[in-house]
Amino acid sequence: MTLAGTPVSSKAPRTFEFFRDPHVTRLAGVLVLLLGFFAIVRWNNFSSVNTWQAMAVQFPEFGLLALGVMLTMVIGGIDLSVVGTANMTAIGSAMLMLWIAPLDSDASNGSLAVIVAIAFSLIVGAIAGAINGFLVAKIKIPAILVTLGTLELFTGIGIVISGGRSISGLPSEYTNVMGSTVAGRTPMVLIIFVVGAVVIWYLMNRTAFGTKLYMLGSNETAATFSGLKTTSLIVRTYMVSGIFAGAAGLVMLANYSSARADYGSSYTLLAILIVVLGGINPNGGSGRLGGVVLAVVILQVLSSLLNTFHTINNFYRPLIWGTVLLLVVIVNQWDRNGNLMKMLKWKGRQ
Amino acid sequence: MRKLIQKLLRQNEFYILLVILAMAVAIHLRSGHFFTGNNLVVLASAMVVPGIFAVGAYMALVSGGIDVSFPALASLAVYATTRLLVDAGWEGGLWLPFLLVATISAILGAFNGVLVASISIPVLIITLGTLNVFSGFMQGALSSVQIPNIPPAMATFGRTYLYTATHPQSGRTAGLPVSFLLLVAVVAIAFVVMRYTTFGRSVYAIGGDESAASRAGVNVRRTKFFLYVLIGVLAGLAGLVRTTGMGQMHPTNLLGMEIMVIAAVVVGGVAVTGGRGTLTGAMLGTLLIVIVQNSMILVGIPTVWQRVALGLLILIGTGISAVQITRSRRRQGAMV
Repeated sequence: MTLAGTPVSSKAPRTFEFFRDPHVTRLAGVLVLLLGFFAIVRWNNFSSVNTWQAMAVQFPEFGLLALGVMLTMVIGGIDLSVVGTANMTAIGSAMLMLWIAPLDSDASNGSLAVIVAIAFSLIVGAIAGAINGFLVAKIKIPAILVTLGTLELFTGIGIVISGGRSISGLPSEYTNVMGSTVAGRTPMVLIIFVVGAVVIWYLMNRTAFGTKLYMLGSNETAATFSGLKTTSLIVRTYMVSGIFAGAAGLVMLANYSSARADYGSSYTLLAILIVVLGGINPNGGSGRLGGVVLAVVILQVLSSLLNTFHTINNFYRPLIWGTVLLLVVIVNQWDRNGNLMKMLKWKGRQ
Repeated sequence: MRKLIQKLLRQNEFYILLVILAMAVAIHLRSGHFFTGNNLVVLASAMVVPGIFAVGAYMALVSGGIDVSFPALASLAVYATTRLLVDAGWEGGLWLPFLLVATISAILGAFNGVLVASISIPVLIITLGTLNVFSGFMQGALSSVQIPNIPPAMATFGRTYLYTATHPQSGRTAGLPVSFLLLVAVVAIAFVVMRYTTFGRSVYAIGGDESAASRAGVNVRRTKFFLYVLIGVLAGLAGLVRTTGMGQMHPTNLLGMEIMVIAAVVVGGVAVTGGRGTLTGAMLGTLLIVIVQNSMILVGIPTVWQRVALGLLILIGTGISAVQITRSRRRQGAMV
């Protein structure tokens, strides 16, 4: 199952540490309860392999977006432009593939097209992220406004180059590669997500870059005075977010087998919901990857569970996501107040 | 006189006005249609809804928060009002629709207000949540559909014009709806409230520095609560105006407008970090964006470029003011 995707399981002693974080433990508990509820209420769906396979194909697209948003939120910023970036890169790579390998061209063209498309998406994603990072770090526009502006800009570029239409008729090699299953029934897109999560885990826990992100997020002034090159750090963070959005674009391209500028418009909220639910402090400085990965899985299970109730129409989905987001921030606030009281008491005793 | 000019040159609003004038002249030279009675009336009536929204967005930004829920709030409030009145077969006056919308949107605004006042995370994230709750409630729980026949009083209000301009050649007419007066009234009241009342000064103070405001005796939580109630009511009014203007209730018509309105206010020099910005700037910014959106066709730019233009406008507008802030900080630093 997807829990195996959490990188911690690669090192046995760290598993314990992973559950020591109260927030992550709470999320794991929620997931277990949710799965139990699913099993009781909808045993037929729950026991079918197809359910799990369908889930594993669906969540990587918004899961990858959430991983990128997570990094930007750790440094106290936000990236609202991820969906725009994903659609723009998906449209660009779809058009590029159609140009290299038009219908009825041979397989070698098709394979070339796939490689070029993947490289193109990741590079354009990185450039888009670098633009965000530059505007945030150098011009010093607040991240919310930069990414709100680039969300419009990137979506707009997507509309302009596609003429507002959906781009389809991709070479079959692309859907063959991205839609394939590895080692029995593990979908390719799930592997992409797991690789992405491992990369982020490595960045955050095993490199100086990760440590600096937390420092920058908890106190920018202090980070600057202690000699961090904040500009380069911010630009690199938004670049990683852009690269992940590009990867999400590739996954969306495979799942819809077409690209369009208005796909996945609800993912902005979903990505932020996941990151906040995962325990990342929106003001920056704290939060763990494990929580975010668990949050991705929880939302996917919840979503699949909702799908099995045909009486609940799709319009309820925003209501549910919004309510969950608000409940999470309320609970977090309440928890924080508890800690605050303890701190005050401790000060009083001195 | 020199002092006045110097004061003007230091103000953001003056430059936006220059940009608007330059654009107007350029559009007129290219299309010959900008300074016609028709076009000006079209622009003025296009200003009404985003203008009222912009007043609310300006207030939220000045207090240091970004509210993205107002179009969803307005849609829900107006949908509920129209549904109730249509189902009850209301044939009476206009006061009831206005009263109902104001009440419902005040309640929804209070919902925002309670959350914003008691949770210390960015308002953007809270209102992203309420945005989805409002629109999800409208589309899911109320299973909203288009209501083609709105109560007669509302329809009449939308069809009453203050002034009608006729194009000399084509003979086409464009009317300036009565609701334009509502925009004027809202702007005037908001101007007085934000400038001369304790409440308005408190909003600025909170946006400037929340803990300092609190120490200076501002009741931060109460001010924020009433601020979001007020923003809610403004949004509801704007939504009602849009519905009367269209002559029908279209539940999703307003959704997604938040980006354009926030962009307008920010381009008008209202700082997203709070505490700085004027209502004049917000209105000029709105005018600028309304002109850009309405005049692209006049100049012959295909509408697919609209979002690119909006995105660039946000980035350039906020970029200029961000550079200004950095510069003035540096200058202050040099003086100390």
